[in-house]
Amino acid sequence: MCLSIPARIDSIEGDMATVSVGGVTYQANLQLLDDVQTGDYILLHTGFAIQKLDPEEALETLQTFEDFDALNRQMDEEEKKSGERII
Amino acid sequence: MIRYIDEYRNKEMVLRLAGQIREATSRSLRFMEVCGGHTMAIHKFGIPSLLPGNIRLLSGPGCPVCVTDRKFIDQAVSYARRSDVIITTYGDLIRVPGSSSTLDAEKSKGSDIRIIYSILDALAIAKQNPGKKIIFPGIGFETTTPPSAAGILKAREEGITNFYLLSSHKVMPPAMEALIDEGVEIDGYIAPGHVSTITGTSIYRDIPGKFGLGCVISGFEPLDLMQSILMLALQMERGEPKVEIQYRRAVRPEGNPKALEMIRKVFEPRDDWWRGLGILKSSGLGLREEYSDMDAEKTIPVEVEKTREDKGCRCGDILKGLATPGECKLFDRVCTPLNPVGACMVSNEGACHAWYRYRT
Repeated sequence: MCLSIPARIDSIEGDMATVSVGGVTYQANLQLLDDVQTGDYILLHTGFAIQKLDPEEALETLQTFEDFDALNRQMDEEEKKSGERII
Repeated sequence: MIRYIDEYRNKEMVLRLAGQIREATSRSLRFMEVCGGHTMAIHKFGIPSLLPGNIRLLSGPGCPVCVTDRKFIDQAVSYARRSDVIITTYGDLIRVPGSSSTLDAEKSKGSDIRIIYSILDALAIAKQNPGKKIIFPGIGFETTTPPSAAGILKAREEGITNFYLLSSHKVMPPAMEALIDEGVEIDGYIAPGHVSTITGTSIYRDIPGKFGLGCVISGFEPLDLMQSILMLALQMERGEPKVEIQYRRAVRPEGNPKALEMIRKVFEPRDDWWRGLGILKSSGLGLREEYSDMDAEKTIPVEVEKTREDKGCRCGDILKGLATPGECKLFDRVCTPLNPVGACMVSNEGACHAWYRYRT
């Protein structure tokens, strides 16, 4: 029910935008958001843009996976060297 | 260029996270997801099979169709039988059983029931059919309520006088607290991602402090869910339950203030009934007095049959995490997606439906 999908804004006319999801286009009402522009990604829910997606946060979340893994490996190495468990 | 989906389905990273979860804690932990979208994603991606034996996931009351009162369906069915009414509804509701009928069955008998994609479609139908009353049965949580509010405001602005809302909109926090009060044993919540895009983090404020439970707002892709479980496991291992946002690309701490304001303008809290949980204080949303001319309940009186619940259906327990679908005697014997008994099987985001479909 709360299903929302990431969609890219292709064009804006007044309160309405044409957005695309994997090549399929939909109409999205923009009344629930301020400051959206062509090229932004939004979450589309029942014909409304309910939130803007943040590209920096999106990349950061992916980076966190990498960083966490790197940290984990580093701690594994240190544990092996010292013979003590860190976490 | 980030596309917001594929990147979060990287199999190798998912497996690495599975390893990290295994290493994070050896404690026995139970986490509950309270969003039907999460239930679906968890089973679709086979998340339980990736987790160590000490971590269990439970489904909660986060599927609006599943927690909705049969009386609501009965009322929509009664409206559908009137010749001066067109029912406009999201597809989710169409097959949900009422006491003796469904909207689908009424449609096949000739009622004018139209499945719409957006409430804006309902307004267009209202304009095209000035001689009919257009009723929109509104269900759903904080994600779905702002579009309903926007629809009401737009109807007023455009002078549409034949559009009515039958509201069963609900808010999530009272149910999350009621579960804990009922003694459901969990260690943390995988908090609903899209509800939180609207509400922000403040609605979960009391959960760590008052109840000692972790609370991580999660996205819907496999990497999101695995990372959220890892974050919850680490919170518990460190004895530091708190509210954290994993789904940071979509959820800001303050939520969506414009959408929240729109909800406040159009709706006011009222007590509401939840399957499995009963009546919860201020857990529902009704239209404010100034929009009562668009309130179907208040303006279009209709006879509604006596509500009848099915015996043997354990939807109520399943929604509280007290039973798994496999523990219901009807599951996969009498109750299947083609011939559903309870709402948890009919809704494609219900726990029973997800179990049946993905067999996890």
